[in-house]
Amino acid sequence: MNIIPKGTWVEIEQVVLKPEERAASLPEDTKKVPYLLWVSGFLLEDAEIEQKVRVKTIIGRELSGELKVVNPSYHHSFGTIVPELLTIGTEYEK
Amino acid sequence: MSQRDMSYAAVMARKNDIMKSSMGMDYEKYISSPVAFDYEAMMRDTGYTMDEIFRIQQETKVGNTPLYELRNLTEAVRQISPPGKGATILVKDEAANASGSFKARRASISAYEAAHKGYAGMVAATSGNYGAAVASQAAQRKLKCIIVQEVYDSRGIGQPEIVEKGRACEAYGAEVLKLTVGPELFYMLLRTLEETGFFNASLYTPFGIRGVESLGVEIAEQTRARYHRDPDAVIITHAGGGNLTGTARGLLHAGSRSTRIVACSVNLQGLHMASDHDFNRKSFTTGHTGFGVPFATWPDRVDVPRNAARSLRYMDEYQLVTQGEVFYITELLTKIEGLERGPAGNISLTAAVALARQMEREQVVVVQETEYTGAGKHQNSQLSFARENGIEIRRGDPLDDIPGKTIIIPEKLEQVQGKSQDIDRLRLEYLQNAGKQLAPSLWSESDISFLALDIKKTPDWIRENFLSLPQNNEHLERTNG
Repeated sequence: MNIIPKGTWVEIEQVVLKPEERAASLPEDTKKVPYLLWVSGFLLEDAEIEQKVRVKTIIGRELSGELKVVNPSYHHSFGTIVPELLTIGTEYEK
Repeated sequence: MSQRDMSYAAVMARKNDIMKSSMGMDYEKYISSPVAFDYEAMMRDTGYTMDEIFRIQQETKVGNTPLYELRNLTEAVRQISPPGKGATILVKDEAANASGSFKARRASISAYEAAHKGYAGMVAATSGNYGAAVASQAAQRKLKCIIVQEVYDSRGIGQPEIVEKGRACEAYGAEVLKLTVGPELFYMLLRTLEETGFFNASLYTPFGIRGVESLGVEIAEQTRARYHRDPDAVIITHAGGGNLTGTARGLLHAGSRSTRIVACSVNLQGLHMASDHDFNRKSFTTGHTGFGVPFATWPDRVDVPRNAARSLRYMDEYQLVTQGEVFYITELLTKIEGLERGPAGNISLTAAVALARQMEREQVVVVQETEYTGAGKHQNSQLSFARENGIEIRRGDPLDDIPGKTIIIPEKLEQVQGKSQDIDRLRLEYLQNAGKQLAPSLWSESDISFLALDIKKTPDWIRENFLSLPQNNEHLERTNG
């Protein structure tokens, strides 16, 4: 078993509303799925992935949820080059 | 932990109490009927003079942004304009504010107010630049901050632009609650306000809108100083209405009464805003018709009892542009003006190009914002993501654009035309929505006066164009005899 130590920066998931608890008058596709929340914080006890845990967020609030990600990170980028943009405003389009 | 009922219905039923305690503001005293309220009194009661707003904003790195002339773009527009046409295009570089957008103005007065009223923190529900603005302003006022954000579809996939905005909020020290698609964002906001007792930094409070007024004042003053005239038109990206309302009020405050106020949104007609499937099929997460039209035609659909952002009250025209047109102009701005800015901030620039062609050469058109750019918030990131999600991307005529299916990037500047939206139709839709709150036959003279101001028309216009319709004319028959 891979134990994640207390104090690690993690992301947890909460099911805020199950499909049947959601707001009325949602589009069909949205109505079928639960309303989910993810938030990051410092793990308050040693735990394993998928376990129900408590975390302390960056502003010190205690929240609980299922442990999903260790060291949650950002990977968004400038994407794959879009050739359609390259020549705009250059001598190729004079 | 609270033992209260946290179900959707129970939390929504506590809305009024939560709102009252999270803003220290009582809306009841302004409300005179289901369709009318004392808007100016509500704005005045914020208690800040324009000088105080400037002083507060200066403390937290907001305002005094440069107004640049886009010389090469103006020249390019003149080359494709009829003789004598082609107004000078200016842009207000709002990316220079702390947190990189005009939204810093909108958050600044709320943060000041929250700190002075003794709140420990602020909460805002937003997926836009406003989140980073609230986080940045809260940090400077030593307040805690929570941003409630709609980020992902049910597969856990998020638009690069929104993911970047969430990152920015965390960078400024905020706790970010990242949610899937749905109108329950408001429920989550209420729950968080109730749990924390923090200040509700709603986008739609009088504090938010008054904070934007400084932008209108700066535009008037800077344009006069350099061009010795008032701006002939100011183009404003329109979604929830606060950008337009605040800027227009600032222009009026500075005495620019003849300036045309032009709203502009990206046309996303046909996409459903609460749809899990459609969520990632749009490449603009704000500044589009999915917000712009419903908020214009009924501003009070928001997280406060009465919305301080009332766009039809100030709007003279409403231009629509396509996603492809905005990406084209964003790339062109980078290449020929040496100014790399985020696409969402260039929506109004796109309309300005179309309008400048029809305006006189000696006239001046002001684009009133830019926003920061970076990974995620960039035309290449967004187009690349769209392509991965099955959207067809090609060069061609933007008239063939189908939101959610294609993004057509113009082949040349002449194809950036935009399209004008009939704003009288929006005004009538607003009146229909008002009629759902209180039957038109029951509208009093003071209700009609309020509604007339709220759509920038006269009471007689409402009588002739709306109350005279068979389904609404009971009122006329009654008053006539």
